[in-house]
Amino acid sequence: MTLAQVQIQQREGGTCEANNGFCPDWIADNLDRYVDPFLQHVFLTVTSVAIGFVIAFALALLAHRKRWLLPPLSASSQILYGIPSVALFLLLLPITGRGSVTGLIALVSYTLIFVFVNVTTGLDGVPKDSVDAARGMGLTERQLLWRVEVPLALPEIFAGLRIATTTTVGLAALAFFAGAGGLGEEITRDKGFQSNIAVAGGLAVLLALVLDLLILVVQRLMTPWRRAAM
Amino acid sequence: MPEAATLEFRGAIKRYPGHEEPAVNELSLTVPAGEICVLVGPSGCGKTTAMRMVNRMIDITGGDILLDDRSVTDREPAELRREIGYAIQQIGLFPHLTVGDNIATVPRLLGWDKPRIAERVDELLELVSLDPGDTRDRYPAQLSGGQRQRIGVARALAVDPPLMLMDEPFGAIDPINRESLQNEFLRLQQRLRKTIVFVTHDIDEAIKMGDRIAILKEGGHLAQYASPAELLMYPADKFVEDFVGADRALKRLALQRVRDIDLWKAATVRVGEPVPGARAKLDDADIDYLLVVDDDGRPRGWLSDRGLSGERVTEEFRSKAQPVVEMDDVLRDALSDLLESETRYGAVVDDGGRVQGILSLEVISHVLQAPPEEVPHGADAFVPED
Amino acid sequence: MAKGGDVSIPLASVFSEFGGAIEFLFKAQPSDLDPNTKVGGVSEMLGLLLNHVALSGAAVAIGTAIAIPLGLYLGHHGKGEFAAINASNVGRAIPTLVLLTVFIAYIGVGFVPIMLALALLALPPVLTNTWVAARQVERETVDAARGMGMTDSQIIQRVELPLSLPTIFAGIRVAAVNVVATATIAPLGSVDSLGTPIISGNVYGADGRLGAAIAVSVLTLAVSGALAALQRAITPKGLKMGAEKPRRRFSPNLRRRETATP
Repeated sequence: MTLAQVQIQQREGGTCEANNGFCPDWIADNLDRYVDPFLQHVFLTVTSVAIGFVIAFALALLAHRKRWLLPPLSASSQILYGIPSVALFLLLLPITGRGSVTGLIALVSYTLIFVFVNVTTGLDGVPKDSVDAARGMGLTERQLLWRVEVPLALPEIFAGLRIATTTTVGLAALAFFAGAGGLGEEITRDKGFQSNIAVAGGLAVLLALVLDLLILVVQRLMTPWRRAAM
Repeated sequence: MPEAATLEFRGAIKRYPGHEEPAVNELSLTVPAGEICVLVGPSGCGKTTAMRMVNRMIDITGGDILLDDRSVTDREPAELRREIGYAIQQIGLFPHLTVGDNIATVPRLLGWDKPRIAERVDELLELVSLDPGDTRDRYPAQLSGGQRQRIGVARALAVDPPLMLMDEPFGAIDPINRESLQNEFLRLQQRLRKTIVFVTHDIDEAIKMGDRIAILKEGGHLAQYASPAELLMYPADKFVEDFVGADRALKRLALQRVRDIDLWKAATVRVGEPVPGARAKLDDADIDYLLVVDDDGRPRGWLSDRGLSGERVTEEFRSKAQPVVEMDDVLRDALSDLLESETRYGAVVDDGGRVQGILSLEVISHVLQAPPEEVPHGADAFVPED
Repeated sequence: MAKGGDVSIPLASVFSEFGGAIEFLFKAQPSDLDPNTKVGGVSEMLGLLLNHVALSGAAVAIGTAIAIPLGLYLGHHGKGEFAAINASNVGRAIPTLVLLTVFIAYIGVGFVPIMLALALLALPPVLTNTWVAARQVERETVDAARGMGMTDSQIIQRVELPLSLPTIFAGIRVAAVNVVATATIAPLGSVDSLGTPIISGNVYGADGRLGAAIAVSVLTLAVSGALAALQRAITPKGLKMGAEKPRRRFSPNLRRRETATP
């Protein structure tokens, strides 16, 4: 039967540390060990969101033009979404091996889903009368897409990007299962130690919030008309 | 004066795959340059389809449509559409662009330079009675329905197109604002004289706006193509007769104003005038009543027999000269005034309130016998307010 | 990527790894750590599956039991918009691993703390969806119900809840899929689940880890599919009929789209 895997972490310090407590001194002394995992976490998140966004956006534009592509693409993204991230990291191991690449592949896949769904619903949600007026005024299909449809879909697209980013920060915490490192590795290394969880977990939450805020600011700048409603 | 185009439907057909009946069936009609042609009919009659075939939003499957003798099918759709103004009921303003950028859409597509675009935007905003400084940088969401409709019209007029397509442009506006937008548009048309294809389901709007009206019936058949007056006087069949309504004589009267018709001559007297002279005036007039006016010539009342019993005309009225009819009133409203007046005669006054003549039921009934060509239509029937 | 400079993916080895993983699920085999201990096989995996389902089921039940009444109450009275709408956003910003380890480090290990952490994970999507659904019930409908003399609680129970069910259920589905997926790392808190062979990789070996990954994926997809079917089944008939999005008053819309020339 299961052998409980007890990992005893050696760490220096006094009673606070020995009791797995929340120890400000220990945190101050050990902050530097979180720098590299944090940077790796940022790298995994930003890279996979960027790659996923580009691919998903292109796929969504394609599906917008060729409607028959929509059902198969939606169905496959739904199935992909149903696979837990831990499992996906592990399922990729035999194919792509341990490391950042495998982590990125899995994370990109999840980004794809959110961005794809939101770009397509955003484009579908563009007011039909604006599209009709644009065609009637003589915009070509390409002009229609870039001057009317994409700008009007921006709020939806940004919503998808925000969901994708915060979700990816969370999923990247599990990327260590694929040997891709990140804050998750630090968290699980000493999961019973309150100080460790506070710092590593706090950094992950902070990263999610900061990235979310950044995107929100960019969205505000790019959609000035949204604030104009009376 | 900006040029206007001649539009001709030549047996134009639209047939959808899988539908036995065509949506538009061999439509043939010509819209002369500078006129408003209203396509009207019940829903499903193909009027919108017919309009959208002109700028190839829908492609014809038979026949031809010619714009200044050139087939629209020879043209690149996008290029063709940029030359044709397009305004729809939902307006379709782009919510992400300011009013100025909305209006500038087609000028930008045509590569106008910035100063020219800016100048044109302001010019158009003034044309549709909006303050450029106040409106230019707003977003559509910040405007009222009526303002948005005006922007829609300004946007359609941006490059001074020789032809405009308008699909129920005032359909979503409340009745009071619709009336004023219609008047404003007709006033605009008096200046611009564009060729306009105007779609509506409202026969009253059609009669008001149209130089010519094309009534379509189910299956895209053209039931009648005629001027509003002709349509009202000589409906081609039962369908047209039902569609224009049982009150078509009244509708016709709405097309003409009092100033356009020959009035009866009034016999006016002032209080204190000698009676014999007053009686002599009756011989000269078209009616048997004397109208008493004040020193400025404004009507006071219809003189009764008692008023003529002495040597001089006294202030004895059989009834007041109310209501008075104004020169700019349409005949339908004037008729309503007549029916309210005890004498069945209406004193017609000019802008200064002075009596110019008499309107009677006989005059109106005579007008209804007049040939339809004499009845003005569209922007010509419309007299701008001061 | 492929080892030893071999550019192509060694297909044969991939197949053998997955084959080994599936074999692990059905046939017990000696542990890597201790050859005398048998690991894997149908009976152990079934035990882990039951644990996994019990843990997830309890968490979703508790999360839902709190979220639905709260969401209906707030939604009916139009209160708490900010909290209800942002619950999901905040929930997403906290990585599941962080949520779980915060409970482990600050509350403790074992069934109850882990189950509560998962219940907390289940709460936001159900709360947000319930609130939104309750708000989306047409005001005219609520007004008519009030006009007919229904009390507030009758309106919630007989009008808003039935009309909100499909949306609420969509929230439950999201919550359930999240919880079932996250229960995979429950063994970090000393609670067995299908994730046990993954977390205790040194005991179960590479085959066990991959086998468990396959088992968890199948379970999550099955739960997601089953709840989707259930969601369709519980949607009131009247709602299904009006399921098409309301079209704008722009009559032959579809025709136009097909025929407009680019």
